[in-house]
Amino acid sequence: MSIKDNINKIRENVWEIPGTYNKKMRATGRLYIDDEGFENLEEGAIDQIANVACLPGIQKFSIGLPDIHFGYGFPIGGVAAFSPNNGIISPGGVGFDINCGVRMIRTNLTQEDIQDKMDELLDALFKNIPSGVGSKGKITLKENEINDVLDYGAKWAVENGYGWQEDLTFLEENGCIEDADSTKVSDKAKKRGIPQLGSLGSGNHFIEIQKVTDIYDEEIAKVFGIKEGMITIMIHTGSRGCGHQVCSDYLRKMDRAYKKYKIDIPDRQLACAPYDSDEAQDYLKAMYAAANYAWANRQMITHWVRESFENVLSKDAKDMNMGVIYDVAHNIVKEETHEIKGNNSDLIVHRKGATRAFGPGRNEIPEEYRDVGQPVLIPGTMGTASYVLHGTDIAMEETFGSTAHGAGRLLSRTQAKKDYSSEEIEKDLESKGIKIKATSKNVIAEEASGAYKDIDGVVKTSDTTGIAKIVAKVVPIAVTKG
Amino acid sequence: MKKIKQPFKFFDVTADIGFIAFGNTINESFENAGLAMFNVISDTTNIAKNKEFDFFIESEDEVSLLYDFLEELLFLHEIEFMLFSDFKVKISKNDNNFRLDAKIKGEEINWDIHERGSEIKAITYHLMNVSVNEGFYEVKGIFDL
Repeated sequence: MSIKDNINKIRENVWEIPGTYNKKMRATGRLYIDDEGFENLEEGAIDQIANVACLPGIQKFSIGLPDIHFGYGFPIGGVAAFSPNNGIISPGGVGFDINCGVRMIRTNLTQEDIQDKMDELLDALFKNIPSGVGSKGKITLKENEINDVLDYGAKWAVENGYGWQEDLTFLEENGCIEDADSTKVSDKAKKRGIPQLGSLGSGNHFIEIQKVTDIYDEEIAKVFGIKEGMITIMIHTGSRGCGHQVCSDYLRKMDRAYKKYKIDIPDRQLACAPYDSDEAQDYLKAMYAAANYAWANRQMITHWVRESFENVLSKDAKDMNMGVIYDVAHNIVKEETHEIKGNNSDLIVHRKGATRAFGPGRNEIPEEYRDVGQPVLIPGTMGTASYVLHGTDIAMEETFGSTAHGAGRLLSRTQAKKDYSSEEIEKDLESKGIKIKATSKNVIAEEASGAYKDIDGVVKTSDTTGIAKIVAKVVPIAVTKG
Repeated sequence: MKKIKQPFKFFDVTADIGFIAFGNTINESFENAGLAMFNVISDTTNIAKNKEFDFFIESEDEVSLLYDFLEELLFLHEIEFMLFSDFKVKISKNDNNFRLDAKIKGEEINWDIHERGSEIKAITYHLMNVSVNEGFYEVKGIFDL
């Protein structure tokens, strides 16, 4: 008998993992995935949803999203919310790349406008934005300035000449969580953060020049300022070594804390501490600081993207209407208010490989978009489409306002390199009209789109279950990879 | 005396990469774990040994010692902009504490010469283990990429 036999289908593409699955569960599990995805899903990921449901103070459901896969402790593509009264905070529920996220920039350009300059644009992006393993950012911070980056995030960046004041309006949290505290970030994390500020990194991180090919909801697309044929730019990166170190530091502290507070956890990597403990509060403030670093990072990259377009096309970025559509965090803990059994309750929402998808009316959404729900940006992989969706009331009711964050890896890097060669991939991309520039041939083979789950399927499941609805599809025309 | 057949090998993890490093002594197994790490980041056969760093670490058990050792290597790689290819480790135990003294050598990164591998984000605790198998030391771990 498979463990999947214990799981009940509630409605199309929605499944319930009942409390009988694991006796220690304090909530049921919820899984948003299509039949095929369910069939192929690793049992380890289902166990992880159930394990998270065993943590103290969990509210409503432990949730798996359409792109769920096995992670360390917590699954990737998961959401869990805890009560501040008897609940916990866990660094494993965020992961190493704190505030890894996606930003999208619009333009008033069409493919025709840039067709002859594509090579130059790609070269300029590649040159102006440091990327790849062991890459240094190109700026030098003043003594202690890293603390301002950590405390003020994208606000620091704008004040220092990176981008426009109005950009801040269109970033989740306006690019700065005020409760961040740089004194809770170790010297080690700061030292890793200083040289890497303003760099893309490696792996699945990218900058893409894209084209809007399909609009699924004309009205909402108009509100987001997107239309068919428009050139857009997408940036996918996070908090670099700074965030990785904050996670490592606090995983180590939590490994002692859960024993100290006698928290019974089914897997050591779910190490956590009670919400009001010093350990949890220190992590929260350090994690917010790393999140701010990531927003500063994406803000600086935005500035250099605009500069690159300005230099190549000899036009002002404002004249090209290069405003920020939105910026989402997909690895983060947030303190949010949600309705539980008819009452508004303060909760600690962990999103690991999950995108916030707040529905219409929420104050956190910029006024310009508030009536239709927030933009949700779901990046594809090298050579595949990415999507813009909008948050919904169903997400507010069922998933603490959350949906998927991407495609999710299917093949290991070694397998990808066995199955694909960089030459083949470059040829294939070329035949689709996509230009690519990467720091190494290895990364091209490792990041082959065939090594990832099908993004179209992930987004479709989000749409059919209603936890975020599709607004627009964009396809890449040029990609830079670290 | 039998000798280890290989310094380390990798195993597949969907999103990341795992390693098992071998040694005739615990010291050697840790040294080979360092070697495995820099063969993920680059190719150690092409990294000169012209710059030396010394450090020590104290931890509560051997697994934590391994974690802290690899984390320190990652830290030095990132902030000193270095690649390492030579690792000398001496592990000792006093009372309930383990101490590791390391002397490592390498070369400053020059991506025109050095092969670009993968960026390691962090060391994970997943499956991390230090054991003795048929007289050989084996250390195991996963790098988050």
